[in-house]
Amino acid sequence: MGKITIDGMEVEFTNEKNLLTIIKKAGIDIPTLCYIDELSTVGDCRLCTVEDEKGRMFASCSEEPRDGMVIFTNTRRLRKYRKLIIELLLSAHCQDCNTCSKNGDCRLQHMARRYGILNVRFSDYRERLPQDHSSPSIIRDPNKCILCGNCVRVCEELEGVGAINFMKRGSEARVTPAFGKTIAETDCVCCGQCRVFCPTGAISIHHHRSWVWDALEDPDLRVVAQVAPAVRVALGDAFGIPEGENVMGKIVNVLHRMGFDEVYDTTYGADLTIVEETKEFLDRLEQGGRLPLLTSCCPAWVKFVGEQFPEFIDNVSTCRSPQGMQSATVKEYFRDPKNNPDGRRTVMVSIMPCTAKKMEKERENSYTKGEKDTDYVITSTELIEMITTAGIDFNSLDPEASDIPFGYGSGGGVIFGVSGGVTEAVLRNLTDGHSKDVLHNIAVSGVRGGSQVREFTVNYKGTDLNICVVSGLARARKVLEDVRAGRKQYHFIEVMACPGGCIMGGGQPIKIGREHVKNRTDGIYRSDKVASVKKCGDNPMVLSLYDGFLKGKEHELLHNSKFCAKNFR
Amino acid sequence: MRLENRTQAVEYRDACLKALEQETCRILICGGTGCLAGGSGKLYERFLELAKDTDASVEIGPEIAHLGIHKSGCHGFCEMGPLVRIEPYHYLYLKVQLEDCEEIFRETVLNGRPVQRLMYQQDGRIYPAQEEIPFYAKQTRVVLENCGHIDAEHISAAIAAGAYEGFAKALFTMTPEEIIQVITDSKLRGRGGAGFPTGKKWSQVARQPEKTRYVVCNGDEGDPGAFMDRSIMEGDPHRMIEGMMIAAFATGAQEGYIYVRAEYPLAVERLRLAIRQAEELGMLGDHILGTDFSFHLHINRGAGAFVCGEGSALTGSIEGNRGMPRVKPPRTVEQGLWGKPTVLNNVETYANVPMIILKGADWYKSMGTEGSPGTKAFALTGNVCNTGLIEVPMGTTLREIVFDIGGGIKDGGSFKAVQTGGPSGGCLTEEHLDEPLDFESIKKFGSIIGSGGLVVMDDHTCMVEVARFFMSFTQRESCGKCVPCREGTKRMLEILERIVAGKGVEDDLYTLDEIGNMIKNMALCGLGKSAPLPVLSTMRYFREEYEEHIFEHKCRAGVCSAMQKYIINPDLCKGCTKCARNCPVGAISGTVKEPHHIDTEKCIKCGACMSSCNFKAIYVES
Repeated sequence: MGKITIDGMEVEFTNEKNLLTIIKKAGIDIPTLCYIDELSTVGDCRLCTVEDEKGRMFASCSEEPRDGMVIFTNTRRLRKYRKLIIELLLSAHCQDCNTCSKNGDCRLQHMARRYGILNVRFSDYRERLPQDHSSPSIIRDPNKCILCGNCVRVCEELEGVGAINFMKRGSEARVTPAFGKTIAETDCVCCGQCRVFCPTGAISIHHHRSWVWDALEDPDLRVVAQVAPAVRVALGDAFGIPEGENVMGKIVNVLHRMGFDEVYDTTYGADLTIVEETKEFLDRLEQGGRLPLLTSCCPAWVKFVGEQFPEFIDNVSTCRSPQGMQSATVKEYFRDPKNNPDGRRTVMVSIMPCTAKKMEKERENSYTKGEKDTDYVITSTELIEMITTAGIDFNSLDPEASDIPFGYGSGGGVIFGVSGGVTEAVLRNLTDGHSKDVLHNIAVSGVRGGSQVREFTVNYKGTDLNICVVSGLARARKVLEDVRAGRKQYHFIEVMACPGGCIMGGGQPIKIGREHVKNRTDGIYRSDKVASVKKCGDNPMVLSLYDGFLKGKEHELLHNSKFCAKNFR
Repeated sequence: MRLENRTQAVEYRDACLKALEQETCRILICGGTGCLAGGSGKLYERFLELAKDTDASVEIGPEIAHLGIHKSGCHGFCEMGPLVRIEPYHYLYLKVQLEDCEEIFRETVLNGRPVQRLMYQQDGRIYPAQEEIPFYAKQTRVVLENCGHIDAEHISAAIAAGAYEGFAKALFTMTPEEIIQVITDSKLRGRGGAGFPTGKKWSQVARQPEKTRYVVCNGDEGDPGAFMDRSIMEGDPHRMIEGMMIAAFATGAQEGYIYVRAEYPLAVERLRLAIRQAEELGMLGDHILGTDFSFHLHINRGAGAFVCGEGSALTGSIEGNRGMPRVKPPRTVEQGLWGKPTVLNNVETYANVPMIILKGADWYKSMGTEGSPGTKAFALTGNVCNTGLIEVPMGTTLREIVFDIGGGIKDGGSFKAVQTGGPSGGCLTEEHLDEPLDFESIKKFGSIIGSGGLVVMDDHTCMVEVARFFMSFTQRESCGKCVPCREGTKRMLEILERIVAGKGVEDDLYTLDEIGNMIKNMALCGLGKSAPLPVLSTMRYFREEYEEHIFEHKCRAGVCSAMQKYIINPDLCKGCTKCARNCPVGAISGTVKEPHHIDTEKCIKCGACMSSCNFKAIYVES
């Protein structure tokens, strides 16, 4: 508690953990490339350095606020030194800005403009290193790395994986997987959070765009899209639409315009998932099967369990993910000549918030009848780029409804996009009735909330069910360790690798910070509110499918016959 | 045997003393790294052999008079190694070779006669006793008191010399608060470089709510040319261990770690030995001397990173992480090793503690200056006659150190500068010769005391090259974490390399200054902040040398080969063609029996021509 004078303004503070936070609150955008509130403070870039009245300089990210401090954030010396730091960073950076996936969106580029760097006096001394294309999800370009370590910390601190770290010293230092391995050889779970936190283009998405364009132009193909719930509340970010606003209608329109034959909604697949997963859960509960049941929607999490906690493999639900169920079902539907009179081959394109889905679709168990269920996965970011390429004015588009029969989903399917959504949808399915009160009681049971680990208990037919909802694999690791050690007993654990859930996925337009998690979460819950069907099991299109062609094929199309974490085909 | 209480400890000490007194003659062969490299290990074996031949017992027997042959730690006079000291005569033999052993044994050991030819001589005078040699006479050896004078491999020798008495006093007669008060009153300041008050550090740890605490010793002495800590660890390990035990008792720690660089294998070996012997005696371990105080000591070897001498990088390294400094707060005293409050001091600081406890704060303050009491060990190296390990009171002038103790500049050269604080420090020049060396005054001149390396430089030293050398060191050793240090030092090095290669431009001085000051103000850790000091300091005191390199392509010290010009004096050249035949790049032309000529464009300055010329016709112009 106290007051600090920042650039002559008196600013009050309470319990802010560092000076930087107070400076930001005072409305000053203090430059930084490495400070991220959610991660530990490392003080690598030094750009947030400020000066006090005695001319002492210190990094505001790691300075404790003290009452009576007098600091300056924009002095002659600071500008000069910050400019020099940016110049030094640029000089050890490949500067291929025009051909960089981050062009225009790069924080280093932004800093250079902000500090008016018009000339770099030093030449790049580093040898060009090869890019790492080994992962199906991300591409690492060490030549663009500025060693801020954000990726290292996010991988370790938020995801508990630690696939990459620093090696070597001095100007030879670099971020890399251990022992010169490729990223695919590590325990990388493909979540793409490193890409979200990377200020430059050193980590980017493994693109599928050009293949999709090619497919769209091929008259022999039926190109079908499915759009994940989380995409609709983030895509608008790129077009100046208020954050969190559901733009699904516009997405359907734009996809039709781009040439997709059918545009379906992954909430349908999510509804299928809930029906199957609820059945599986009750089956395990009543027959004394392996519990806790671990959700299987998030491929990063599934890979994590397979590699880090193999003893829990049998706890993982056998259900395919919504993407997997939807793709398998759609493809099966079009295998019937009745539904496919012109005999075109179906190409399934899923539009996802997630980079790990690119890995999931390659998994050995993502095939049905020898055919890949999902052909291409493009992330929200790639879709934005495709819309821009096509030159379509997204804002002016009228909303359209998605196609049937796989374009209709319930509110329970939509909330898959946020952490806790799967669990909430399961609880809705387990509970009789769908009155406002019933739904409200579920919503306030503890399943919603901002914290990344939520534990709560609900009663099901006289049995207390202990449930845990986790986002971020570092926390999931702790939860599983607790379960393994017998410190905790749960019946059901939902895990999403990305903190906050799929809305903050590795393929989404980049937004870092709790306020953005909240905006997107609110957008998802608003979409649930306007859905006429709230319970997945009540989706009439789903019900008719079970009575129709799905009969007898539930296991083949909706479940994994074997657990697969990694084995890419 | 295990000592169960204070009485037994006193009795044990008496027994050790008695056993030592039984030695009618004692040979102390320097077993420090320097002398070992000079062959002192062989001397030790030779003396053992000689003793066997004459039936003189070398075993420590209780009541029998006998001869003692011991490996000691560093005597300090490294320039003159291998050194052999013979007690009870205090003789110090210099540059002892294997073939000298027999004579020493016959004359001195058996007959008590000096071997004068092996003694120190200066201005025609022979100095038989070590203590009279000017190199030693001008020193005040307190921390290094026992170094070289006791057997470094047996705890009995250390205990006979008073080891663990300070600890026993603290343990049995003082409270932790009293101990910290004495250390605070003594104004002891950390000897690792920053000079932080030790008592303050200890009291901050003692004040933490967290009860698990650690005591860590920084033995990662990484400055080029510094070896004070190594000598203490090798020569008197128990003094340092005792200091750590007192710190542990004062701050409530039960576990201690000594972080030693892996390049100090002998120090590691001696410390291991010392810890094992102390454990066997019950001086380390559970319920020390029958009390409730328990203390366990572990050794961690560093993997050779200079940056691991920085506190948070050091604790990170012990934990098994990459050695990288982290931001503070939290400071090490709050969250150090394993996130617990940690006392982290360097070797020399701990070695000061036992005496302060034994003799009191006032005694300690009687040495040194008001703000920096006590003594400081320095590693004196470079172009000085007597290189070696020295210890002087704080506030001693540079002139006393370089000229009185160091014996002046080697080979009749003239004094130019002294680099203090290694790669984190700066240089002091002629104008500072009469300034007292202590924490405050040296800072005023843009340098630091650092851990205590003193590199003396004469007029044959190029200050730009010195700056380049230190910058290449810091650049290589930068952890690579923060931008100013990682990229800034790289660019400074590039510029310095350009200047010494004769390709400097006018802007370079401005850019060096700009980057240097940025790093100084913006780097993350102390090592980074001080990385540009050698450059800034040489630019401050020797700017004209930089300018000469850039504008006149001249290196006044004749060091920078790019500035050198090999020239044939036509008056002396006989036209023998030998130089032309020896030149690997064909830069020399001329006809037989006519003066030859060197094409300076082609010349790679290898010097082959000059060394092959029989008529001394080739000279270098720089």
